[in-house]
Amino acid sequence: MNFEAPVVDYAGLGPIMALSVGLILMVVVAAFDSIRRFGPALALLTFATTAGLLIWQWDANTELINGTLKIDGLAVVFSLLILIAAAGAVLTSIGDPSEKQIGRPDFLALLMASVLGMVLLTMANNLITFFVALELFSIPLYALCGTNLRRRESLESGFKYLIIGSVGSATLLYGMAMIYGASAATGFDAIAAGLTEGGLISDSLTLVGVGLVSVGLAFKISIAPFHQWTPDVYEGAPTPVTGFMSAATKLAAFAVFVRFFMTALEPMVNDWDVILAALATLSILIGNVGAIAQTSLKRMLGYSGVGQAGYMLAGIVVATQQGVDALTFYLAAYLAMNMAAFSAVIIHERRSGFSDSIASLRGIGRSTPIVAWPLTIAMLALAGLPPTAGFIGKLYLFEALVEADWTWLGVMIAIGTMISLVYYMRVVATIWMSPAADASLQVDETEIGTDLDSARRWYLVLPSVLGAAAAVFFGVIPQPLVEFAQHAGSAFSAYIP
Amino acid sequence: MLSAIIWSPLLFGLISLLVPRRFAPWVAGLGTVVTLALAAIVAIGFDPAGGMQYVVDVTWIPGLGINYSLGVDGISVFLVLLTAIAWIPAVAFSAARGTDRAGLFYFMLLAGQTATLGAFLAQDLLLFVLFFDLMIVPFYFLFGIWGGDRDGVTASAATVKMIVFTLIGSLLMLVGAVAVGVIAADGGQLTFNMAELAEKGLPSASQNWIFWFFAAAFLVKMAAFPLHGWMPDAYRAAPLPALAVFSAVLSKVAAYGFLRVVLPIMPDATELFQTAMLIIALGSIVYGSVMAFTKTDLRLILGFSSMAQLGFIMLGIFALDSTGANGALFQMINHGLVVVPAFLIVALIVERTGSEELGPMGGLAKKAPVFAVIFLIVTMATLAIPGSPNFIGEFFILNGVFQVNVAIAIIASTGVAMAAYYALRMYQRTMHNPLPDGVDSREISLRDALIIVPMVLVLLVLAFYPQIVLGDTSPAVDQTVAVSLEASQ
Repeated sequence: MNFEAPVVDYAGLGPIMALSVGLILMVVVAAFDSIRRFGPALALLTFATTAGLLIWQWDANTELINGTLKIDGLAVVFSLLILIAAAGAVLTSIGDPSEKQIGRPDFLALLMASVLGMVLLTMANNLITFFVALELFSIPLYALCGTNLRRRESLESGFKYLIIGSVGSATLLYGMAMIYGASAATGFDAIAAGLTEGGLISDSLTLVGVGLVSVGLAFKISIAPFHQWTPDVYEGAPTPVTGFMSAATKLAAFAVFVRFFMTALEPMVNDWDVILAALATLSILIGNVGAIAQTSLKRMLGYSGVGQAGYMLAGIVVATQQGVDALTFYLAAYLAMNMAAFSAVIIHERRSGFSDSIASLRGIGRSTPIVAWPLTIAMLALAGLPPTAGFIGKLYLFEALVEADWTWLGVMIAIGTMISLVYYMRVVATIWMSPAADASLQVDETEIGTDLDSARRWYLVLPSVLGAAAAVFFGVIPQPLVEFAQHAGSAFSAYIP
Repeated sequence: MLSAIIWSPLLFGLISLLVPRRFAPWVAGLGTVVTLALAAIVAIGFDPAGGMQYVVDVTWIPGLGINYSLGVDGISVFLVLLTAIAWIPAVAFSAARGTDRAGLFYFMLLAGQTATLGAFLAQDLLLFVLFFDLMIVPFYFLFGIWGGDRDGVTASAATVKMIVFTLIGSLLMLVGAVAVGVIAADGGQLTFNMAELAEKGLPSASQNWIFWFFAAAFLVKMAAFPLHGWMPDAYRAAPLPALAVFSAVLSKVAAYGFLRVVLPIMPDATELFQTAMLIIALGSIVYGSVMAFTKTDLRLILGFSSMAQLGFIMLGIFALDSTGANGALFQMINHGLVVVPAFLIVALIVERTGSEELGPMGGLAKKAPVFAVIFLIVTMATLAIPGSPNFIGEFFILNGVFQVNVAIAIIASTGVAMAAYYALRMYQRTMHNPLPDGVDSREISLRDALIIVPMVLVLLVLAFYPQIVLGDTSPAVDQTVAVSLEASQ
């Protein structure tokens, strides 16, 4: 009897293995008090190694583990962006009360497990890996949201995210079952083939399946009307976790969204593009209108994230490589702006006794430029003003939309952006154009983690300044980022125009 | 060369942000002078018959088909010069008074100049849109941070309103601009070069909706009736030197946009919507003039008078007639030259009376004959008295409109009469009448005179010899208008 050992592509699996090894080491570190403080260094080292291995696989287009994973341009580009977001979260979580309460390595282990799930998700090429990876990234995040054990809001946030996230996962699983029923396959390419051959493309149950998958993913990305958890969770979670979630979950979920819809569901493009366009429109309107009335900066950023997710979804609607490129560019720019914004908010929170109310930003343009400038640049970028990457990102989306005859969706994005100016610009006005906040908003030193010198901590200032610098740099010299994004789109040259 | 013109203000602005506070005004002043010198070199070397000159064309974002392409032709050459000139008194006036957070102030002011010059020189449609959007950002900070709160409207509220209003138009224009490029490419090589786009042409059906996207941006920016809602609050909040350049130059970029983008690229739509645009222009003239002579706030009088003047400029452009368009371009330059000294004079009046309302004013001319004469010249130019360059401009415009639509021309000419009323009313109520208590009639200081008089002199030169401008501009303007004329025939 011949026994053939399975082929293991170690090069392709390298990034996943590096992350897994780092995660195991982190758990070990957690057991020894003497080395606990090296946790962040270990996490950063792991991310750097993973990033190095990913760049090594830059030109790969390989199926791994029997085709259940695929490392290609999309996986590499999105994984790299996720690692940047994760590194930002590691730095900004240093000194956070949540990290002090549950222990530094424990916090980081949860974070790394989540990152591992996200990286797997960018590579998922099969319904099973898709779902497993999604849960792997979600479950540690539920826990992370509740890590500020002494704050009621944090616990509430974790619990709420758990319940609603599970509803989303269940919906997704239902949808997957129906698609499996229609195609008799779990691999993405096999699903496409099965749908075409089986003649069930326009079958109503298949459509319900696609709809349920869309809804499940919409929960994760917080696309309206499945966004209700977002403001509460964003506000309650420890701010470093919120910052990480806002960009990284979008990156991971959009990666699989793109891969699943552009490969497995590509034969049905004319059925789902309208559904997604409607979701995008709804998200743009609800997110941006919802943000106007917010007084908490984190809640506002939550709602604005709903609107931004609507813009990004438009990149999928067009179902072209250019659309994927535009989406990737926009996500990369969004990562930079969010890193700048949330890191600045973290610095501000720790200095001011944990108030993230917009009113508490009054006058910081004069008193604390190191917070004011990154936050201002982030707001201008989110609003899509030149000379920031936000402007180029919108431009890119417009090009993709007009090219694919979706001009009306472009106009919707323009309208959403107009609405968004009201709240973004109000933050800028509060920072620069109002007299300093009154003493009542000043430091409550009893709060754990209050740090009057936070504006001088390099690990907080660095992500904030780098994010803002990147948002401006790629607004003035966007070509490198455009090429980076095009690498993601090129993974689908065999599937979509 | 053109790159140097665009970026030198920003460079000096950055330096002024970094140097110790007391040097900031000097660095900024030097920046504006250098910019003027560069602009003057370009203007002197300009060949009226040479078409697009000093062309720069570098690939900027190949992935998106956007080039960094600049060029100057008859339409833009004097607007660039006007921009370079207008910033000098604004910076000098601020420097003479001193400002809070000086480094940031001059950085924003000069960044505004960079964006404005960029908009005038860009030959790539998306580059133009980018600079057009960029213009509003520094002025948002200038008006908001250094502006004043008035009657319960805070400066920050007024500026948020301004930026939201103006960007509403700009975002639609961005969609429109992308659509122009993509539709014109028709599956081929994507380009946003304006000359190439004009050559390729667009289907009429596309022109019709894209036209309004561009018109929205330009009409809001020039505060045309009925899209002027942001203007009164913003004008009342703004610091006067920044407002002077804002009113003088930024609104002209919008009018320039019609000439540069809309007429050549969307000739069919221009012809189709000509009457609609003429009526909007007429609305601006009548509404602006009426408001100007009912308001008692000096800033608002000038603001609404600008609105009426821009109505005239639009009228000239949409006459789609060589005379009218030449008059419009000439009037853009005149109006820019008049408005800067006018706002600085308002600042001087405020210093003497402590108020911006006409009510408690009067008698300032008693002990200040020189100041009175300078103001009188500016007033006369505003009301376009024969002998002022504004007269020539308005005459050309009305002449052009008469050939298109006599009724509109007749109604528009009432605007000239109303201008006489509001301008003289403003002059008399501030300068003549008895001197009220608490008002200090003081002669203009030598320093302020040096800042204001040169611009007045330029006005006088143009009054006597408009050919300096018209000779250089008319070939390019005629060519632009000719495209639309062909479409209408």
